[in-house]
Amino acid sequence: MKMVIKATLCTLGVGLAGLAEAADVSAEKVEALIEAAFAHAPAEVRGRVEQDETLRVCTAYRDNPPDDQWDAILEREKARIVYPADGVLMGDWKVALKEANNGYGWRMRDIPERVVGGNCYACHQLTEAEVGYGNLGPSLLGYGKDREIDEELIVATYNKIFNAQSVLPCSQMPRFGSNGFLTPEQVRDYVAMLLDPESPVNK
Amino acid sequence: MSLTRYAGAAAFMAVALLAVPLAAQEEGGELVQYHAMLADRFANPGWFFVDRGEALWKTPAGPKNATLEACDLGLGPGVVEGAYAQLPRYFADVDRVMDAETRIAWCRQELQGIPFEETAKKAFSKNRETSEMQDLVIYIAAMSDEMPIAMPTAHPKEQEAIELGKALFYRRASMLDYSCATCHSNDGARIRLQKLSNLEDPKQAGPVVASWPTYRVSHETVRTMQHRMWDCMWQMRFPDVAYGSDVTVALISYLTHMAEGEPMASPSLKR
Ligand code: HEC
Ligand code: HEC
Repeated sequence: MKMVIKATLCTLGVGLAGLAEAADVSAEKVEALIEAAFAHAPAEVRGRVEQDETLRVCTAYRDNPPDDQWDAILEREKARIVYPADGVLMGDWKVALKEANNGYGWRMRDIPERVVGGNCYACHQLTEAEVGYGNLGPSLLGYGKDREIDEELIVATYNKIFNAQSVLPCSQMPRFGSNGFLTPEQVRDYVAMLLDPESPVNK
Repeated sequence: MSLTRYAGAAAFMAVALLAVPLAAQEEGGELVQYHAMLADRFANPGWFFVDRGEALWKTPAGPKNATLEACDLGLGPGVVEGAYAQLPRYFADVDRVMDAETRIAWCRQELQGIPFEETAKKAFSKNRETSEMQDLVIYIAAMSDEMPIAMPTAHPKEQEAIELGKALFYRRASMLDYSCATCHSNDGARIRLQKLSNLEDPKQAGPVVASWPTYRVSHETVRTMQHRMWDCMWQMRFPDVAYGSDVTVALISYLTHMAEGEPMASPSLKR
């Protein structure tokens, strides 16, 4: 399984050939540039420009980490998953389906009161009706169809959306929950969008 | 080179262009449609900005009441023709690599006495408006029209800027964990219906880089490469990246290096 996934990552344009070249400039130099270019950023957003350990590793290996790093990322990112206080992992698919088409939120000068969208359509096909979808991720059309919607699948789907790298290290999909982009309560709405038999995703 | 050859039909075409419904622009190949309609790249509203830029370049301004005509864009003081196609480059007087915009902003400071920070603050206009920098940059770019991109690489700092830009291109960060490569390293990739150029491929990077600065139809104004860098980083949820910073200059150096040899084609027309 792992080899298959890694091979897929390679075809996404992260071949190893570039790695030696990338090592020509030091990471410290790159970080110094970043530091200077964002020195005037407001304190509450300046931290965003820094990489955590996982992104440092993904960057260093062009998203194709060696085995030990692969396992370390899985472990680290799994530990960062947070569930809603009431433990309910299936929310309202209607809310999520609307916000799956929404790219608003967390950009500079975005209004904090407005709903932050998961914007899944940017990368995924979700329903027959919506043709304006991107293709950086696989089609999720019929994701919950003809499947047994048991606890295991619900948790796995929640985990994937909350922290994509807890399932696939260096995934191109954002770690929506762990990065604080979406709340646990929002994440469960997206779980319902993918798994609820009533959701147009499964029609 | 005559910058007036486009006149005539341009005003009419500008109106016709803006009347195209936005829906049509969402389709793939949107620019092809525009180009077919316009038939001629000199019927592009961008050329009005070029005109304004030329006037700004040659009119005394700032606390020092000087023109920009003595600005050294790399080919010697006063030489504008062909300069953009050979930028970014290393400048000994500042001991760093600068792209066209950073250099022009620096010249405004040195020659006209307008502080760099002042220029940076007003560099990006609102939609449907323009800024002095946008006009100036597209004028300088138009003065390299059809000339092949030839960013110099002899100086170690030029080589370093390209390497740093490449490293930054693959550096993942901020709230969505994106790097530039997330969106710009796949053939045939789309965000929604928006086609994404694969900037790892020189064949695609060439025409992309050569066509900036551009008249952006959705913004109803001219946008520059510094703006495009800021724009993509804003979408990536970065704080506003400093105008003319080593980060934007390095990214532009890397992209420009990838575009080596491509004939300049600015002003162009983009969504
Ligand atoms: C930047 C593009 C991007 C965005 C935005 C995105 N994803 Fe993904 N997603 C991917 C990629 C790439 C994969 C495949 C690699 C992987 O499994 O991590 C994927 C995989 C998945 C999978 C696993 C599919 C499978 O068959 O195992 C699920 C579920 C998923 N995404 C849900 C979502 C949801 C829900 C959203 C919106 C909240 C979303 N994604 C937003 C890129 C994205
Ligand atoms: C979330 C996806 C995304 C990311 C990440 C991203 N961009 Fe973009 N970029 C776009 C979109 C959408 C466009 C407009 C469509 C196009 O022209 O490719 C665009 C356009 C561009 C263009 C102009 C393309 C043209 O045809 O004129 C350049 C150059 C560019 N981006 C560079 C970058 C750089 C450098 C980075 C990293 C700092 C970056 N982008 C990160 C989505 C992205």
